[in-house]
Amino acid sequence: MFNYYLKLAFKSFRRNPILTGLMIAAIALGIGASMTTITVNYLMSADPIPSKSGQLFHVQVDSWDPNNGFNDEPNTPPNQLTWTEATNLMAAQQAFRQTAMAKSGAIIEPQNSDINPFEASIRLTFNDFFPMFNVPFKYGNGWDKKADDDRQMVVVLSKNTNDKVFAGQNSVGNNIVIDGKSFRVIGVLDTWQPLPKFYDVNNGAFDEPEELFMPFYLKQELELPNWGNTNCWKTPEGEGFAAFLQSECINFQMWVELPTEKDKQDYLTFLNNYVNDQKALGRFPRPMNNHLLNVMQWMDDQEVVAEDAQIMMWLSFMFLLVCLLNTIGLQLAKFSAKSAEIGLRRAVGATKGDLFIQYTIETAAVGIAGGILGLALALLGLVGIRQLYGDVLNDLANLDATMIGLALTLSLLASICAGLYPTWRACNIAPASQLKSQ
Amino acid sequence: MTHSKGWSFFAENWEVGPIFRALLRNKVGAMLIALQIAFTMTIIVNAIYIIVERSQKMQRPSGIDEANSFFISSVGFSNNFNGLATTQEDLNALRAINGVVDAIQINAVPLSGSGWSMGLQTQPGAEFDGTGAAVYMVDEHALKALDVALIAGENFSATDIQVRVSSQTHWPDKVIITLAMANKLFPQEALAAVGKTVYINDIEPMVVSGIIDKLQAPWVGWDNVENVMLTPEIRDSKSSRYFIRTTSGERDRIMTEVETLLAKSNPQRIIKDMHTLDETRLRAYRDNSAMIRILITVMTILVIITGLGIVGLASFSVNQRKKQIGTRRALGASQQAIVRYFMLENLLISTAGVMIGAIFTVSLNIVLVNAFSLAPITWYYIPLGMIALWLVGQLAVYGPAKKAASIAPAIATRSV
Repeated sequence: MFNYYLKLAFKSFRRNPILTGLMIAAIALGIGASMTTITVNYLMSADPIPSKSGQLFHVQVDSWDPNNGFNDEPNTPPNQLTWTEATNLMAAQQAFRQTAMAKSGAIIEPQNSDINPFEASIRLTFNDFFPMFNVPFKYGNGWDKKADDDRQMVVVLSKNTNDKVFAGQNSVGNNIVIDGKSFRVIGVLDTWQPLPKFYDVNNGAFDEPEELFMPFYLKQELELPNWGNTNCWKTPEGEGFAAFLQSECINFQMWVELPTEKDKQDYLTFLNNYVNDQKALGRFPRPMNNHLLNVMQWMDDQEVVAEDAQIMMWLSFMFLLVCLLNTIGLQLAKFSAKSAEIGLRRAVGATKGDLFIQYTIETAAVGIAGGILGLALALLGLVGIRQLYGDVLNDLANLDATMIGLALTLSLLASICAGLYPTWRACNIAPASQLKSQ
Repeated sequence: MTHSKGWSFFAENWEVGPIFRALLRNKVGAMLIALQIAFTMTIIVNAIYIIVERSQKMQRPSGIDEANSFFISSVGFSNNFNGLATTQEDLNALRAINGVVDAIQINAVPLSGSGWSMGLQTQPGAEFDGTGAAVYMVDEHALKALDVALIAGENFSATDIQVRVSSQTHWPDKVIITLAMANKLFPQEALAAVGKTVYINDIEPMVVSGIIDKLQAPWVGWDNVENVMLTPEIRDSKSSRYFIRTTSGERDRIMTEVETLLAKSNPQRIIKDMHTLDETRLRAYRDNSAMIRILITVMTILVIITGLGIVGLASFSVNQRKKQIGTRRALGASQQAIVRYFMLENLLISTAGVMIGAIFTVSLNIVLVNAFSLAPITWYYIPLGMIALWLVGQLAVYGPAKKAASIAPAIATRSV
């Protein structure tokens, strides 16, 4: 029966090619626009580390200006930490895993003189960084706690950096000159690009991870420059690098891994005690305001999904709605032309149910056709988005299996919904009324 | 008498009554078109509003000579690299190039998105609020290189320029500010700001030595993008950024020349990030221009879909009513009367549509304003949107109406 109804549907398409074409085009355009914007939003709001995003927490304490909050919204603590907090909280070791971090940069001078010196970005961090964030290694490993404490000149290279400097060979154990000093390569990462780059969203939430990773305290040891945002509410007391580190300027991020709710509560208690101790020392002039936000909460707090992407998504949903209204109208028109045929079929014994199934199959066929065409349009739309936004959105404009499934389901549902009322009306045609006019 | 004549004008010649009653017999169909028009208007009016807002933002001048300027960075890497000496040599060499209007070392560039800001206040003390301003650390060549005009006070002199080392916290005692900044600090008496003392870092005094007309901060998304100060400093650092302004049309030639010159003059450094201000502007507003293009595409497709939908439904209804139209023609209705019938029918539906559309448009705007950083819509966009949608409807229905008018009266006599 299904095949027969399908055949009838195609017959009906051929009889009304313009109306059918218009319906398919309308659904395709609506689906194409919606899928393009949904894909961008979906990838922007993706969970970058699904296996443990609920256990990783970003640490915030309110060390800011007594006269003015960190930003216009009340009760928002600063988005980064001072050097003092970063080092104190690390020394306390109160979480299962923890890492303070900063962004910096330096020049690499490859030994191979064919390769020009180049500037590389650095993530200054602790040994826990790699196991905490499930960072994949191609060669070697991260460093150990001793390397952190002893401020050893060891470095982990990103895959690209290793490709560039060591032609992709296993470079573990080799030396590399960074900022005029010799470092020992201890590990090389495999391809790793969390989207968003959740561990530091300060300079572009969809930027690539850094090119080098090295122990955090080298910041102080080598006086590495501040990359990323630096914010101060108070001038450092005294001049020079040491004064900056001792100041109330924020340039550091910190993440802790807390596997259970109890761990989280314990850590919050620890933070409260810590802030109280600091208050006793005359720091932290603002009311106590400590935040532990997990990965997705932090992404939400930092508004990682671009506003424009959201506006576009809502507009494209309305666009889809217009396309559906259009389809309903056209479908209604098409079915009303068939009232004679329907009356006849009813008169010779077709039940309302039979007709309902038949016409639902017909509308579903329109929906599937529109959906497939819409997917093609979405691919086109994503190519367009990539061209308009350039490298920023390169990795955020790809269709995956989930999105393709969603597109087809959406178009099928949309077209069946659009067909529901016209089908219902068509099935309710009384057999006699239509036969009479013949 | 006049009144009743007016009424009959509508009722008998324009057939509003019969059209309306006919519409009532196909409520759903008419409602669908009306709703489609309403939503189309909602999207289009809001989209146009966003487009206008964005393009106005994009048209704000940065204050500099964008067409003839570029910048380039030099980063020294050897341990004995002398930053200050290199910078001075570089600047001398750059300024000597034929076709260079002027060149400066600068810590940040307008439109580039990254820079430094500090607060200035008119009274000393941490309890007073400062007004944030972008800082450009420059020497006395800045006004010429940046193409800004001094409107009060005087430029820095060579002896004002101080050497800034890294992590330095104190500031020079002179500052040049933009007119916009002067207005914020000294409302009503901006030009009298020259010679007045402002405070940086809560308590450190600086004397306003000059006011310039217009210069943007590096962040185009910042609300106070015209709050800018120039401080008389040269930075002693391994890395230096140079901003170079050339005579008209010479920029591209000089860019190549500068790149080779800097690379050759000292091998202990890398030369990087050479960009024209034109590309910097494109990058700064890329999101905005992308949004504009996307919205224009969406609007165009939407109008086409709605238009085609109306064409489709109208053609269909013409086909359905062939016999009736033939009968009317046979009974003496002119072709114009038939065209008018369909045009009027569409006008009635569109009117309902744009009325609902006006409500939807305002509602969506309220939602957008609450959820995102958008400004409320200006009122006249609504009537303009209504007129536009009326026109779309009339244009779309004209074809089918013409077709209806060409139906021969004889068709009435034929059976189906």
